[in-house]
Amino acid sequence: MSYRKRRGSRIRPYTFTGGRTRSRHPLMVQTLVSTADPSNDAPANLMPESQRIYLLCRETRSVAEVSAELKIPLGVTQVLLSDLAELGVVYIHPTITGDSPSENQVLERALRGLERLFQ
Amino acid sequence: MVSNDFSSDIQTKMSTKIVIAGGFGAGKTTLVGSVSEIPAVTTEAVMTEASVPHDDTSATPQKVTTTVAMDFGRITVDQQLILYMFGTPGQARFWFMWDDLVRGAVGAVVVVDCRRLADSFEAVDYFETNRRIPYVVALNKFDGALEYTTEQIREALEVSSDVPILDFDARDRSSSGSVLKTLLRYALSNNAAAAPVG
Ligand SMILES: Nc1nc2c(ncn2[C@@H]2O[C@H](COP(=O)(O)OP(=O)(O)OP(=O)(O)O)[C@@H](O)[C@H]2O)c(=O)[nH]1
Ligand SMILES: [Mg+2]
Repeated sequence: MSYRKRRGSRIRPYTFTGGRTRSRHPLMVQTLVSTADPSNDAPANLMPESQRIYLLCRETRSVAEVSAELKIPLGVTQVLLSDLAELGVVYIHPTITGDSPSENQVLERALRGLERLFQ
Repeated sequence: MVSNDFSSDIQTKMSTKIVIAGGFGAGKTTLVGSVSEIPAVTTEAVMTEASVPHDDTSATPQKVTTTVAMDFGRITVDQQLILYMFGTPGQARFWFMWDDLVRGAVGAVVVVDCRRLADSFEAVDYFETNRRIPYVVALNKFDGALEYTTEQIREALEVSSDVPILDFDARDRSSSGSVLKTLLRYALSNNAAAAPVG
């Protein structure tokens, strides 16, 4: 028995723009963000949504968590966060994708962590 | 680019992601819930579907539907590293959302409901076609005995010979944790094979 028949015969009906940002830093669902200086108030003249994002980011969390907690659609969250990063008030943390051999050390740390947590 | 005075604690925090894929109702959310330190977070997205071609009822050119946009959990691995697990929408017609969820993942788990093998073809197919992302196949037994051997399943779903296949119980924390460990070991061995030493 084989279910392979359909391989390669798909149509891609939609294209998402999620993740396309002006920032040079990749801003993926798992990427962590935090305010550059947690003790600062939100900068003046921010749009209300951006202000809410800014305040939430005083504690480090992922793009997905920001979107879910504030109920702002993911794509909008990504654009607003990227603007805040551009202003220099939000820091975008490194995202480990495993694409570069230099990241192996981090993956090994992740494995050791899982071995400790799930014995 | 931001370059001023963050405390080193903030600056060194980083994250990574594993994708949990599989057929409709295969046990993806259950797996995420078993290993996550937070209750699995589910958000919805509203989207419009293009009208069917040649449909001349121009009064309703677009149909608005709701689907699960994100379904995720989190494991704080250590003080600096957070691992997120993102489930894919189970319904095959939303597979196009996978590219966004999969991008940047260190690996993927395809959860297979052993009673409904055909439902997992779509997910296996996706990762067989995009071999850049290491993936493992996790057979969720749903209490029943396995009807097939691992090798029969590999053959049926046309899973490459090097891809690990293991069985597990999505409701069990340690069993689900083993699936994640297997994936990370496999991803690391892939990298070791691909990259020259030094
Ligand atoms: N008996 C049994 N039930 C399970 C097991 N794993 C999951 N379930 C149940 O199966 C149902 C579907 O599991 P989910 O984790 O929601 O599956 P899913 O893949 O997230 O489903 P979708 O997101 O809708 O595609 C739920 O009612 C679970 O409680 C298992 O190992 N054994
Ligand atoms: Mg689910």
